[in-house]
Amino acid sequence: MESILTINNLTKKFGYLTAVKDLSFTIKKGNVYGILGPNGSGKSTTLGIVLNVVNQTQGNFHWFDGNITTHNALKKVGAIIERPNFYPYMTATQNLRLVCKIKGVDYSKVEEKLEVVGLLERKDSKFRTYSLGMKQRLAIASALLNDPEILILDEPTNGLDPQGIHQIREIIKQIAAKGTTILLASHLLDEVEKVCSHVVVLRKGVKLYSGRVDEMISSHGFFELKANKQNELITLLENHASFKNIKVEEGLVTAFLNTPMQSEDFNKYLFEKGIILTHLVQRKESLEEQFLQLTDNN
Amino acid sequence: MLRLLNLELQKLLLNRTSKILIFVSFILPFFIILLSSLKINVFGFFTLELGELGIFNFPIIWHLTTFFASQFKFFFAIVVVSMIGNEYSNKTIKQNLIDGLSKKEFILSKFYTLVFFSLVSTLLISLISISIGLYYSSYTEASIIFRETEFLLAYFVKLIGFFSLCLFFGMLVKRSAFALAFLFILFIVEWILFGLMAWKLDTGLAEKIQNFFPLKSMYKLIDQPFQRIAMTKFPDKIDLSYDYTVHWYQIAIVLGWTALFVFLSYRLLKKRDL
Repeated sequence: MESILTINNLTKKFGYLTAVKDLSFTIKKGNVYGILGPNGSGKSTTLGIVLNVVNQTQGNFHWFDGNITTHNALKKVGAIIERPNFYPYMTATQNLRLVCKIKGVDYSKVEEKLEVVGLLERKDSKFRTYSLGMKQRLAIASALLNDPEILILDEPTNGLDPQGIHQIREIIKQIAAKGTTILLASHLLDEVEKVCSHVVVLRKGVKLYSGRVDEMISSHGFFELKANKQNELITLLENHASFKNIKVEEGLVTAFLNTPMQSEDFNKYLFEKGIILTHLVQRKESLEEQFLQLTDNN
Repeated sequence: MLRLLNLELQKLLLNRTSKILIFVSFILPFFIILLSSLKINVFGFFTLELGELGIFNFPIIWHLTTFFASQFKFFFAIVVVSMIGNEYSNKTIKQNLIDGLSKKEFILSKFYTLVFFSLVSTLLISLISISIGLYYSSYTEASIIFRETEFLLAYFVKLIGFFSLCLFFGMLVKRSAFALAFLFILFIVEWILFGLMAWKLDTGLAEKIQNFFPLKSMYKLIDQPFQRIAMTKFPDKIDLSYDYTVHWYQIAIVLGWTALFVFLSYRLLKKRDL
């Protein structure tokens, strides 16, 4: 698959503090990536480096095939970092036209993208009169002007009210559905879980994981069970080789697998042993559970 | 180049404050020169007509108008430092770079803009000087009209040099008000250094060194014309004579500073994390 961004051994030091340490990963075309990490884990610094606003201490990165200068590559990228930055005294249209001039895009895109984010009726209002949600939507419109090959979003829902968060998510989903590569940095895990297929997990500037979301930890998932003969069920599970540990909480038995097992096989097995389940759910750990497991263990 | 100029002009001309300041710094001096050339009747007691004094004669008019007009450069200096300060306070400099402007292009777009305004100002002043001169001057032979037009070149270079200095201070401190304060501090520092040198060495040598300082070298490009006007009135007073002509090396010094300031601005931006 075509690679869009390649990062090799990137390191950034701010004085004594190492914000990013020996980071390497590759972004492939067509996937939706999440960069996860607690606050201060180096997410924004990493994005700042590849977006030409922060200088790296060591290492290198290249956009696309590496035969294009960073600033020209950025004309094919759409990015929003932290807060929307526009000229407060210009209207939405004027601001976007300025971006068109920088990126070398035709003015006709301005109205089209304002329509996408639902700001068309406010296009002639000055930027300073906008609410935060509207500013963030304008930033998305601006990032979409050049129909980018990759859209980079750094905490796009930070500080927004629930409606604003919902609007931004809907827009992101629409864009992802069109096959645009997306790189989303966030510490809100449900946000990432909903849209991303791949993740890069950072902690204190060090990469803990990069790859598919569903392969993040070597886990075979778990069963949530309820049965009338609970004690017999627990004894049976404890003596079964496929389960590593069993938890009981408020009548709900959670049994963690250490080898793969299908739920129908498991159900049949229990039935043959004379235990009839009233509740059976097979699940994998949520991204949040996986993330906490990953960041705590290291 | 036109793209970069166009970019910066949009940023400036849509901003009301910069628009007013640009108007003041470019239009006001011409009005003042124009008004001063008119016959003014002071409450019916007497008529004041500066033209009668011979100050609008070619070639002295070139010296006079460029000197006065260059005093208004401070208004545009505010525009220059605020066009950097605003980019930092709105964080639009960061957004510009993310959108695909290179750091070099960012500095160049500012530099082209100040060259553009210096050029417009120089053209305006040539036009107005020619018209007033043709109206008042006692000499209208082409050879006399175009004598000392090097003052126009000096005016152009002086503006570019001064605005480049403002550009550099703007990039250095990121805040418009502080950048202007720095300008004032530099002015004081130059005089203190001159004072120290005049005290430790001798005044003649100190003056020669002072002519290399950024602000002083820009000032010396167009020296004050009053003494020269006085000279034309009292040609027999030898002690009034001084060197007011524009020398090539003065222009070279200012161009040197300009190149240095633009380069340093670029270096500063390149090294900086935004």
